[in-house]
Amino acid sequence: MITTLAQAAADSGGPMTLGESIAFWILGIVALGGALGMVFARNAVHSALFLVMTMLSLGILYIVQQAPFLGFVQIIVYTGAVMMLFLFVLMLVGRDSSDSVVEVLRGQRIAGLLLGLGLALLLVAAVARSLTSVTPAGLGANLQGSNNNLPGLGRLIFTDYLLPFELTSALLITAALGAMVLAHAQTKSHEKRGQRATVLARLRGEHARVSPLPGPGVFATANSVAVPALLPDGSVAPESLSDIIESTPVEEIEQAPADPHALTGGTPSQDGDR
Amino acid sequence: MTPTQQLLADDPIWIIIIKVVGLFALGVVLTLFMINWERKVVGRMQQRPGPNRVGPGGWLQSLADGLKLAFKEDIMPTLADKRVYFIAPAISCIPAFIAFSVIPFGGEVSIFGERTVLQLVDLPVGVLVVLACSSIGVYGIVLGGWASGSPYSLLGALRSAAQVISYEIALGLSIVAVILYSGSMSTADIVASQSGGWYVWLLIPSFVVFVISMVGETNRAPFDLPEAESELVGGFHTEYTSLKFALFFLAEYVNMVTVSAMATTLFLGGGQIPWLGHLWSGFDNGWFQFLAFIVKTLAFLFVFIWLRGTLPRMRYDQFMRLGWKCLVPLSLLWILLIFAVRAWRQSPAGDVPTLLVAGGIVLAVVLVVAFLVPDRKSSDPEPIELGSDYPVPPLDLSVPTPPRARTRPVAPAAGREPASVAAGEHGKENE
Repeated sequence: MITTLAQAAADSGGPMTLGESIAFWILGIVALGGALGMVFARNAVHSALFLVMTMLSLGILYIVQQAPFLGFVQIIVYTGAVMMLFLFVLMLVGRDSSDSVVEVLRGQRIAGLLLGLGLALLLVAAVARSLTSVTPAGLGANLQGSNNNLPGLGRLIFTDYLLPFELTSALLITAALGAMVLAHAQTKSHEKRGQRATVLARLRGEHARVSPLPGPGVFATANSVAVPALLPDGSVAPESLSDIIESTPVEEIEQAPADPHALTGGTPSQDGDR
Repeated sequence: MTPTQQLLADDPIWIIIIKVVGLFALGVVLTLFMINWERKVVGRMQQRPGPNRVGPGGWLQSLADGLKLAFKEDIMPTLADKRVYFIAPAISCIPAFIAFSVIPFGGEVSIFGERTVLQLVDLPVGVLVVLACSSIGVYGIVLGGWASGSPYSLLGALRSAAQVISYEIALGLSIVAVILYSGSMSTADIVASQSGGWYVWLLIPSFVVFVISMVGETNRAPFDLPEAESELVGGFHTEYTSLKFALFFLAEYVNMVTVSAMATTLFLGGGQIPWLGHLWSGFDNGWFQFLAFIVKTLAFLFVFIWLRGTLPRMRYDQFMRLGWKCLVPLSLLWILLIFAVRAWRQSPAGDVPTLLVAGGIVLAVVLVVAFLVPDRKSSDPEPIELGSDYPVPPLDLSVPTPPRARTRPVAPAAGREPASVAAGEHGKENE
């Protein structure tokens, strides 16, 4: 349907067609709802999901505006990769952590509010100017129709705007390398030990014992962690007891008298057929 | 506008509806078929018949399973995040079907007298649609795993997120060469540009990288780490039952079909039949192309099953190392090589013999250098000092090879001899 709408939209910068305005009003409401939801959602993952919704609608709006490449790159890069990494981190943080009400930096909220308002003002001013005083060129300019704006974009990026493009990529690579160096510098102290080094450390006595902890044992009836290992004489191997399980208070379940009828839901027959 | 886009632009609404319904039906039917086929082929590889009870030859087994799945009780875990848990299967399923819409199943046909193409849309960025859909589809897996409120599900979701992001890079890089040679990202144009020869011959490294990363992208064995049964119970769908689980299943299989169809489109010339067109011009019919396309796609799907029946699941770090340290650099080098070759060919002096000679010289230099560089000497192992009195075998332990006479099987005539030998040994031990 989106593509039909896209094909119905005019190639030139003329007035909005019906399909275009329908798409705009639907997607605009969805995008705005997503943005508001992102701000007001309590759970961090829900916030991220609302942001995904906004980004998706923006991507589809780009597609409707005859910029399919921009739209799909928005979906692939921002929605698919960047937000996915966000989600990755949020999921690791834990599902029950929500915003704390305590203000960490003094005056942070007031400053945030003021700066946000200032940014909004700037944006509105810039957009308002482009809405009134700029005449749309349309995609028909430069003999590049809607289906050819991709080669045109590529030509511009790799000829006129090559230097900014390369600078941006250099910046990104520097950032990625810097992150890797910083992250690696912190983990160097406890680097992962190989199998050989571990064995040597064990033999040197750096571990509590040389061999692994005893398994369930030959005479054990179960291999659950809650069941201790048995030594050949039938006694309990003390090293196999888990500290955590042993220190957890356990409520004894009262053993109900065995009643086979409780399983089937029937009543025990009185005439004694046993 | 390309001819395909012109044909698609004047499609009446009823033909679009027919195509949409047809695509949906194709996805579902291929899923039902694939589940059965997979069980049968894997069964055959393991010397057993596979499903053979329901329907003719057991071919209705997956339909019966699907119906049973739909009527099972729908369980919502107590710890689940209700809304996210509910929409996650839909998020994973819908993009799988959307990606189907840009696949060029066949050429020009006439449906009820209306000339059209066996393809729903032909976007100028068709290839990107598939990438975008797969990157949205993984949200379903990740959110489903997170919302289940179970550690196993969460681990599966995290693995899936990392896996799909990593392998999408390799997938995207392998597509670059095809786009470069066809000069377009529209799937129909890519198929049309392969009329002279399939890209699988021209761009073998790209093809290999694409096929490997498409297995990683669809979470299939040997890369099915998000649902590794031996480690994570069921991975991201541990807590799912009933129709929601069925939707995850459907999405996985439709994704398999989609990436196989993409591989066919990008590298195997779509629905083109290489030599049959010369025998009889009727083979240029769009419906024959559709048939050829399906056959090629099924060949890729067979490879999926084959891999599952053959290879063990990889360890997570091995899998990531393969993606980042092997596939991505390989793709980048290959793209660089292609750029160099194309730049040379398009320069005024560019001719093939010079190129081949230059390539040969470079190859020879690389080989000579590789032979001249001495092998890295393996450093002697550090001497092991014994840190404890724990009994260990001596370091210079060498197992003596038994003399040939002993290894020969004992003659049946000397039946009592082993017993006596055993008795003798016991006697020695007792001394």
